[in-house]
Amino acid sequence: MTRRLLFLLPLASLALMAGFFAWSLMAGRDPAAIGSVMVGRPAPRLDLRALRDGDKPLTDALLRSGKPVIVNFFASWCTPCLAEHPLFTRLAQRDGAVIVGIAWKNKPEEARAWLAKLGDPYLYAGLDFDGKTGLDWGLSGVPETYLIDGTGIVRYHFRGPVTEKDVTDVIIPFLKAKQ
Amino acid sequence: MIAPAIPDRVGRRWVALAMAVLMLATSPSVAVEPSEMLKDPALEARARAIGQALRCVVCQNQSIDDSAAEVARDMRRAVRERLAAGDSNNQVFDYMVARYGDYVLLKPPFKAGTLLLWLGAPLVLLVASAAILVAVRQRRVAAPPPPLSERERERLRSLLGG
Repeated sequence: MTRRLLFLLPLASLALMAGFFAWSLMAGRDPAAIGSVMVGRPAPRLDLRALRDGDKPLTDALLRSGKPVIVNFFASWCTPCLAEHPLFTRLAQRDGAVIVGIAWKNKPEEARAWLAKLGDPYLYAGLDFDGKTGLDWGLSGVPETYLIDGTGIVRYHFRGPVTEKDVTDVIIPFLKAKQ
Repeated sequence: MIAPAIPDRVGRRWVALAMAVLMLATSPSVAVEPSEMLKDPALEARARAIGQALRCVVCQNQSIDDSAAEVARDMRRAVRERLAAGDSNNQVFDYMVARYGDYVLLKPPFKAGTLLLWLGAPLVLLVASAAILVAVRQRRVAAPPPPLSERERERLRSLLGG
């Protein structure tokens, strides 16, 4: 009897594996999603020259103002940034969101021209030309967006472009909850 | 008739040998550019060792030394800056883990969350060897077959032509 059950062992392991694979495929599991260790921690250092002429440099104080802040890394050469850009414009205009834009590995004149053409949703805009600030923030590329609460703690992180769903499901509730 | 490119067996053997040597002589490509390297060869060697163990965060399974991605270049530069500032290798790894998490380490750390990863395969090996050992012992303990009867002996002799 136990011998017979032993013969079922390979079949059972096959079923187990098939189940795991099916779950991986259907549950929307993304093995490439690596999250961010920044979530739940105080926002990394911010010390950048301003992108726009005449603006003051960007410092940590911006992230601890008591109001929630959106920090968005972008670049004029980045196509997904183009896709998410109207959402930030709307967040700034309709919802009054405080958005810090950081041009990552971008020539300042190109970033400025890009914003002049598409509209500038950033209350503060900085330039991270050599990517050092990006590295401190655990950035892997652009676009990436961090939601920071009024005390300077990172609460959410989006790797890749923000979508309409992210705005309605996460960003708007986040902005409203803390105000 | 067209003359064959490799006329005889000896020639063919030489070509095969040359190809094998060429294949072994090529080293895996490295994305580290000469302009990035540190002047101190000892520090540069440490930077390479660290770079081989750090994952490029946008390339799934490539080290930062092997990747030409922008972020990999930034990470290589940061590794060299930290080393030049006097950090130990472990401090450099900590610096990267603080920014990118354990994901950045190509060799995952040994801790509660990775126990199964580290011990799973040895465990399976252990259980399987134990199972095989038990099975072999049982077979050895099994009683020897009964001796041949007189009829069987007779038949065996005739089969062997005795």
